Amino acid sequence: MTAAEDLPAAGGATSAAHAERIAGAAAARRRARPPLLAIRDVTKVFGRDVVALRGMTLDVRQGDFISLLGPSGCGKSTALKLISGLIHPTAGRIEWLGGASAQDGDLGVVFQEPTLMPWATVAQNVWLPMRLKGRSFAACRAEIDEALATVGLAGFEAAYPRELSGGMKMRVSIARALVTRPRLILMDEPFAALDEITRFKLNNDLLEMRAKLDCTVIFVTHSVFESVFLSDRIVVMAARPGRVIRELTVDEPYPRTEDFRTSADYAAHCRETSAALHEAMGDAPHDDH
Amino acid sequence: MTITEAARIEGAAAEAPLDPEELARQRRRRTEKVARWVLPALVLVLMLWGWNRLVVVNEIPHYILPGPGRVWDALMDNLGSLMGSWLITVQITLLALLVAVVGGVGLAVLFNQSKWASLSIYPYAVILQVTPIIAVAPLIFIYVDDVNLWLFTISDKIVGMLICAWIVAFFPVLSNTTLGLNSADHNLRDLFSIYGATRWQKLRYLQLPSALPYFLGGLRIAGGLSLIGAVVAEFVAGTGGVGSGLAFRILEANYRLKIDLAFAALLLIALTGVLIFAVLSLVSHLALRKWHESAVSRET
Repeated sequence: MTAAEDLPAAGGATSAAHAERIAGAAAARRRARPPLLAIRDVTKVFGRDVVALRGMTLDVRQGDFISLLGPSGCGKSTALKLISGLIHPTAGRIEWLGGASAQDGDLGVVFQEPTLMPWATVAQNVWLPMRLKGRSFAACRAEIDEALATVGLAGFEAAYPRELSGGMKMRVSIARALVTRPRLILMDEPFAALDEITRFKLNNDLLEMRAKLDCTVIFVTHSVFESVFLSDRIVVMAARPGRVIRELTVDEPYPRTEDFRTSADYAAHCRETSAALHEAMGDAPHDDH
Repeated sequence: MTITEAARIEGAAAEAPLDPEELARQRRRRTEKVARWVLPALVLVLMLWGWNRLVVVNEIPHYILPGPGRVWDALMDNLGSLMGSWLITVQITLLALLVAVVGGVGLAVLFNQSKWASLSIYPYAVILQVTPIIAVAPLIFIYVDDVNLWLFTISDKIVGMLICAWIVAFFPVLSNTTLGLNSADHNLRDLFSIYGATRWQKLRYLQLPSALPYFLGGLRIAGGLSLIGAVVAEFVAGTGGVGSGLAFRILEANYRLKIDLAFAALLLIALTGVLIFAVLSLVSHLALRKWHESAVSRET
């Protein structure tokens, strides 16, 4: 039994047509993916009584693109920190499955800020995860160049971060996260500080990169539109205490292009997700109110 | 826009920009560039002239206030011996600065790595800093002794001077470097932890580079302070004969009413301070010009 099935809301509150789609072939394929990470009833309490996250359960399968969507204080970032091993659960378990582990280069992280070392060049920044494993720059050169080419920054190896625009810095940050070919990439609102045009472009490029690298992504965001465009699973979370209230699926095939952004299906998913988010924030956006 | 129109605008851009605002700005910038050097030079000339008039008009005797010409003569006449003293003062200053850097950075790293060491020692580092060196120096000279190193011996006077200069100079290095080590980006720290970095790797690749601009700021202050420390120590130590620095030459010249010589030595000390500051500023600029906001030039 998976998390998606545990949650009655996944199909219950929506249209019959949508429920059919969920039961469709895409969903079956998704469930057939091998498991990567199991989050089992995880609770994190800071201090004595600040419950940052309560009873979170989530099965992450290889190839998933999961968005954690919710208002501030819903425990999205806490969940990412727990998965990355920076903090440990007060209760519950987080297990890596299928031979993966956070320490063996199987995990890449992208923060809201580009978080680059200003004293190091673009190439040296991308080198970091491998440098910390004791590998020399020369030995990593090919991987660094490939990662930079993947994010569209070939030719900028020798530039310093201050010479780059916000979007380009974020691309360096993404290159650093994927240079070790991780099986899981955690992204904590990576595009929130960027302008809309850059953000759309990076969303498109991110899907392309993921298709090429075939990795799993957990993506934290505030944006309904971003979560629908990018992910095949959306975990809607509520605050005080932080908890999962609903899991939605976006059964639309990849690759997704600009056409998807303007399609009726996209609009329907956005409406549904938006309703779930309003529920998470404690106000129902019904017309009869 | 037609092709001819575009060509006309391009042609105009190739010539000098005609925007009057831009012209005025360029003129201002040029004037400022010249004024930066001319104005201080002008003030210097005026001051020397005024000084000279003051001495000549009031017929002030040279053993009270010598004129600038006399000071210059004293400097030239005693250049050989003054340079010898200058070398000694510079040696003490640079040695003290070196020890201050090693001690300051070493303590900062120790405090950063060990909370216990920081909690127990830091208050005493502050006390050492806030106690006026001039009050402590005489005591230091009572207790120091010759230091025998493997190849040579350092005399007690030199050791005392080094200790004085170090006490004055190490604190800005310590406190700035400590601040710098703690100022590393929090997300980067998290990233290092996620990638399983060791303590040493965090220090070497993250904290030390983060601390570099802060350290260099402290170094510039410490450079001036170690000169002050060296001069104060010399005054207290009162080394005579061979191995006496510029400060002692000032004392000696005062006793013998050779005020012109005292001024000449003072001039050398002041120039040395300026030189140290300039060199350290250059070092700082060279180290940071590639990436730090304080050293990079604005594009616009």
